[in-house]
Amino acid sequence: MAFFIETMLGGLMTGMLYSLVALGFVLIFKASGVFNFAQGAMVLVAALAMARFSEWSNAALGGDSLFLANVIGIVGAGAVMFVVAWAVERFVLRKLVNQEGATLLMVTLGIAYVLEGLGQTFFGSEIYSIDVGMPKDPVIMFEGLFEGGVLINKEDFIAAALAAVLVAGLTVFFQKTAIGRALRAVADDHQAAQSVGIPLNKTWVIVWCVAGLVALVAGIIWGSKMGVQFSLVTVALRALPVVILGGLTSVPGAIVGGLIIGVGEKLSEVYLGPYVGGGIEIWFAYVMALIVLLFRPQGLFGEKIINRV
Amino acid sequence: MDMTDMNSAATTTPSGRRQGEVILDLQNISLRFGGVKALTDISFNIREHEVRAIIGPNGAGKSSMLNVINGVYHPQEGRIMFRGQQRQKMEPHMAAQQGIARTFQNIALFKGMSVLDNIMTGRNLKMKCNLFQQALWLGPALREEIVHREKVEEIVDFLEIQHIRKTPVGALPYGLQKRVDLGRALAMEPQILLLDEPMAGMNVEEKQDMCRFILDISDQFGTTIVLIEHDMGVVMDISDRVVVLDYGKKIGDGTPDEVRNNQDVINAYLGSGH
Repeated sequence: MAFFIETMLGGLMTGMLYSLVALGFVLIFKASGVFNFAQGAMVLVAALAMARFSEWSNAALGGDSLFLANVIGIVGAGAVMFVVAWAVERFVLRKLVNQEGATLLMVTLGIAYVLEGLGQTFFGSEIYSIDVGMPKDPVIMFEGLFEGGVLINKEDFIAAALAAVLVAGLTVFFQKTAIGRALRAVADDHQAAQSVGIPLNKTWVIVWCVAGLVALVAGIIWGSKMGVQFSLVTVALRALPVVILGGLTSVPGAIVGGLIIGVGEKLSEVYLGPYVGGGIEIWFAYVMALIVLLFRPQGLFGEKIINRV
Repeated sequence: MDMTDMNSAATTTPSGRRQGEVILDLQNISLRFGGVKALTDISFNIREHEVRAIIGPNGAGKSSMLNVINGVYHPQEGRIMFRGQQRQKMEPHMAAQQGIARTFQNIALFKGMSVLDNIMTGRNLKMKCNLFQQALWLGPALREEIVHREKVEEIVDFLEIQHIRKTPVGALPYGLQKRVDLGRALAMEPQILLLDEPMAGMNVEEKQDMCRFILDISDQFGTTIVLIEHDMGVVMDISDRVVVLDYGKKIGDGTPDEVRNNQDVINAYLGSGH
């Protein structure tokens, strides 16, 4: 029993991390109707900027204050993400108002390559580390309940809590504020949004900034877990089935989707894996996404697709 | 009617509606898309508080004209004077800032959002709280939201759509969607309201309702209304002055009676030989 709970908790926490990346997809899709393939590249760039800025400032400060170096790192990386958001709007999206979704999708593929290239040119392409003082040691909980207790990774736990706070905040921002409403309006219909005086360019900068900040949080957490390196980009691939499962337009969906996939992956690997020779973890998420697509094309929480004839 | 007369001070129309100064004056507007001439040398004006109709057969350039007024298209030739000042090249959201609201021929509502949220977007420009106040959910932002929400409820009452306030607009029947579209434009408290075929695709009752709303808006708020229609009957009943376009050219301009008796207009609508 303890082992089952341990596996499940481990899955939940990994799931939360998937959700963080998935959130970036959902935000941009909600606000501009664009499926942003560059989200993985944004995570990479944010993490690279964070790692390098804190490394450089740490060296400049003589290694005295890791905290200050990290703050500088976060501010620096935040600024980089702002510049990315501004540049994407100024040089790409502004030219493509009222274009087809497929066109915009291809454009984000291009943005991904540009970001990956520029990011590594500026910040280097080695493996870097981020140390924000996350506790690495595992703790044992529920010892009274089960024999031997349940082993929990503190780092995962903090990351999951952080993600939960971020999600709650973003949900309120989107559903309850005027700017959130303006963002949803732009996602729905460019032309109509303009007609009520919502400026598209400003809206897009805001959205890409928010997505950039989410990428930064994801980058810091993933980066401090597995080091900052090019393979961070593939984290986005893991988040893809999460968004499909949860629904492209739903912030809570990204979270629940992440949790389902995180837990499903771990449990199936541990309990089904031995019968089929293992390796389930790798394809489990995609199969889940496929099954959901068959029955609910809009995802578990997505807005129902209404077609009037 | 000559130019001096057109620009003279307030007059009253046959309908008894007060009619003010010229608010928008379109002078020699020509619009081309590549080699296709959408509008050729069109001049007319719009007076404050009037109901001004632009009519014409399909493909006459009515929607292009509306999109010129709204800042979507930029004419290659001609001047647009707004309140006596020449208007510079502008974007649709700038037109909105100047107090020009519009509805759409093929309803362009935010389908996933509720009726209330849709109409609330019309209050967007009136909201002054910044991103941080809103993101942090501070007092001023919350109070502002309530003030505007009250205004929106008034519009909901006015348009008699209380029963569908919380329904996502994508799920509403066509006639009601058209009404929400009108509500969103009204929420902007516009000086000029552009209606792109507000009666298109409606049944007789829905048309009557829409006519009543348009006249009420004009009477109660004094909003200047520019209306595009190809249903002649409706237009003649509710408008003060009518511009008639055909193949991108102006072929008539005047009161409904004047236009009705204009031979060019009769030819355009019924074919020459009548």
